[in-house]
Amino acid sequence: MPLSTHTPEFRPPKPPAPSFFSRLAIALRAFFRILADADYAARVDGLRLGAGLEPPPAAPPATAPTPVPAVNYNDAALQLLALLQRDARLIDFTQEDVTRYSDADIGGAARVVHEGCRKVLREHFSIVPVRQEAEGSRIILNDGFDARAIRLTGNVVGKAPFQGSLSHRGWRAIEVRLPTFAESHDVTVLAQAEVEL
Amino acid sequence: MSEPLYSIGIDLGTTHCALAYVDIAASDGEQTLCAVLDIPQLTDPGTVEPSALLPSFLYLPHAEELTEGDLDLPWSRAQDYAVGEFARARGALTPIRLVSSAKSWLCHAGVDRRAAILPNDAPPEVARVSPLDASTRYLEHLRQAWDDAHPQAPFAEQDITVTIPASFDPAARELTLDAARAAGYGALTLLEEPQAALYHWIQASAGRWRKDVQPGDIILVIDVGGGTSDFSLIAVLEREGNLELHRVAVGDHILLGGDNMDLALAHGVARKLAADGKQLDPWQMRALTYACRVAKENLLTDAALEVQPMVVPSRGSKLVGGSLRTELTQAEVRTTILEGFFPEVGASARPATRTRGGLTQLGLPYAQDAGVTRHLAALLGRQVGATSELEGFAGRVDTDASFLHPTAVLFNGGVFKSEVLAQRTLATLNHWLGAEGANPARMLAGADLDLAVARGAAYYGYVRRGQGVRIRGGTARAYYVAIESSMPAVPGIEPPVQALCVAPFGMEEGTEADLQMQEFGLVVGTPVHLRFFGSSVRRQDQIGTLLDFWQADEVQELGEIHANLPAEGRQPGDVVQVRLRATATETGTLELTAMAIDSDEHWKVEFDVRSQDSHRE
Repeated sequence: MPLSTHTPEFRPPKPPAPSFFSRLAIALRAFFRILADADYAARVDGLRLGAGLEPPPAAPPATAPTPVPAVNYNDAALQLLALLQRDARLIDFTQEDVTRYSDADIGGAARVVHEGCRKVLREHFSIVPVRQEAEGSRIILNDGFDARAIRLTGNVVGKAPFQGSLSHRGWRAIEVRLPTFAESHDVTVLAQAEVEL
Repeated sequence: MSEPLYSIGIDLGTTHCALAYVDIAASDGEQTLCAVLDIPQLTDPGTVEPSALLPSFLYLPHAEELTEGDLDLPWSRAQDYAVGEFARARGALTPIRLVSSAKSWLCHAGVDRRAAILPNDAPPEVARVSPLDASTRYLEHLRQAWDDAHPQAPFAEQDITVTIPASFDPAARELTLDAARAAGYGALTLLEEPQAALYHWIQASAGRWRKDVQPGDIILVIDVGGGTSDFSLIAVLEREGNLELHRVAVGDHILLGGDNMDLALAHGVARKLAADGKQLDPWQMRALTYACRVAKENLLTDAALEVQPMVVPSRGSKLVGGSLRTELTQAEVRTTILEGFFPEVGASARPATRTRGGLTQLGLPYAQDAGVTRHLAALLGRQVGATSELEGFAGRVDTDASFLHPTAVLFNGGVFKSEVLAQRTLATLNHWLGAEGANPARMLAGADLDLAVARGAAYYGYVRRGQGVRIRGGTARAYYVAIESSMPAVPGIEPPVQALCVAPFGMEEGTEADLQMQEFGLVVGTPVHLRFFGSSVRRQDQIGTLLDFWQADEVQELGEIHANLPAEGRQPGDVVQVRLRATATETGTLELTAMAIDSDEHWKVEFDVRSQDSHRE
């Protein structure tokens, strides 16, 4: 019996080398550029982002063998932005000019953003370290290690097995649980304007 | 109907609902396979997300407020209302369209619970719904969520258990049953929430519970949820070598819970902000209440923490410039929560009650005393003799005790996620026990505070099929109707009433009791109203027992009941002689039936009388 009856809207392909947070930053930069630059948007639209990548090994098998609908990555990025705005006020925070505020004021707002981002990550993603070992420990990488998940740095010479010290454990998303939305839903509205009657 | 594959347990809570299920075929004996359904629900317009909890809120939107498709669910496109997280979030900003605490209204005998009265402060243009309707919609949502996820095992063919507070009176139990039937539930069973919590504890122990309790134990279940406090006492007996559990007493219905605690803190902080000239709108107040809940948990968990900073986000888009910074201190939490809601009182403390003014507000009868420990002291004091007649307890009961001595405590409900509050409650109880020379009570560990009731209910549906231990005890009250005594009238004095026992304490499910000695004359076409009473302490009264007087705290008046003989086939005004029969149904409700003496006819006696006609013309 499945312990969760919830079928995620999509399971992401195995993430490439950038960490989740770098990808978030990339998504944000891309998002604003897509809105501002029509040529860029056309090029992004033409990209086949998921082609050739295999599904993550740690993900449990889907409960029903229904064909996975093609994911519209723009929609998913907008949805994530809307969630980060709703729960973490991320767009408000990044769009505001903070130069004239004190660190205490910014720190207060950062609590809202931090707590909200945590909530979004916890509720919509399952994120686990790529490597389970403690940072700083010596590890051995055998021949055929996954170079998409592990980045070699420093004195990169010779052949596998490689010996080295783990400086960052890495992060991997093993599940994405974005909400489903109605066909008529306008994903470009990241936060509704509010009018109090 | 095919054999059920799953036993489904539904926690129909005041603030949250949950659904858990046991796979019957995959479970064996006390090893069960139990899971919780993630309930898809609207979280924003046009956005559906699953969550283990369905907030018990109903939002009735304005026709122009949303666009087409905004209220669509995976299984429905025709709904013109929202339940769950979106209803709660949007309703906080537009309370005139929000129905909340429908369950508390369902057991409020002062209103007509089938009438469209909610939201009770809505302007005339909002189409109101009845407390029964609101509960029906939550239950319907759960059924549809199940069917959507399990098309191969339709809800209607599964074994369903719905939980209710132990303190629900017969009318509220029947209304819950009616709501479930209206929501498309077939056969179902009602289970008291504290019992469900104990079932979950038994289930989670996977058989070890037999080592954790001994014959002679009295388990006190303290269930403080978002909106209500509910207590039950369950005794452990040994019969023919097997441990048996008997629910010996339940507490009164107390509208007091975790939401009151967070609100109390938020109002305290709002006063501090107001003193600095900062006013909060309802949106900010809600954000502050949420922030207080988080800060409270942190402060209660770590007593060394002096202060927790909090931020009330701005409503507008200027987050840094518009947010209010404030703080909650350790002292404030201790004063408000520990001393306000869990005071260290003596065993003889009792909740303060004010007599309500002549102008009774048409609102919910919230507890007038916020002290959970005082309500607990009152229950234990009232139930001091609860086990004296119980098999195996005769020699153990301390006749000098001023209150019933529990030996173990099981906590349930989100409030006790703060371990400090559980410890404070236990310490207060153990102080009372120590003062009477009794051993301290121990805490039964391992409860899942949010989902124990739903899980325990699913487990109960499974043990009812013959696997595992069941809690016995029958009805937790004796019930009476008022008979006007035939004393000569004294001018200026209301004629005294006598209370006639129509259903004794502890009627087991599936039994019935006939009242032989008293006959009633029912007038055809004219409803007969009877005052109805319940007692949670008079265990000795048999059916037909006539009480001339009683202590005020011994017998409580419940809503009126009425019997109505339809005029078909009879002359209006004819009198038919009837006897009353009480039935404790397998479902978990009490039924009163008027049985005609001269024929085979019988009529159901209704518990929930419309409040408007409760005053006889």
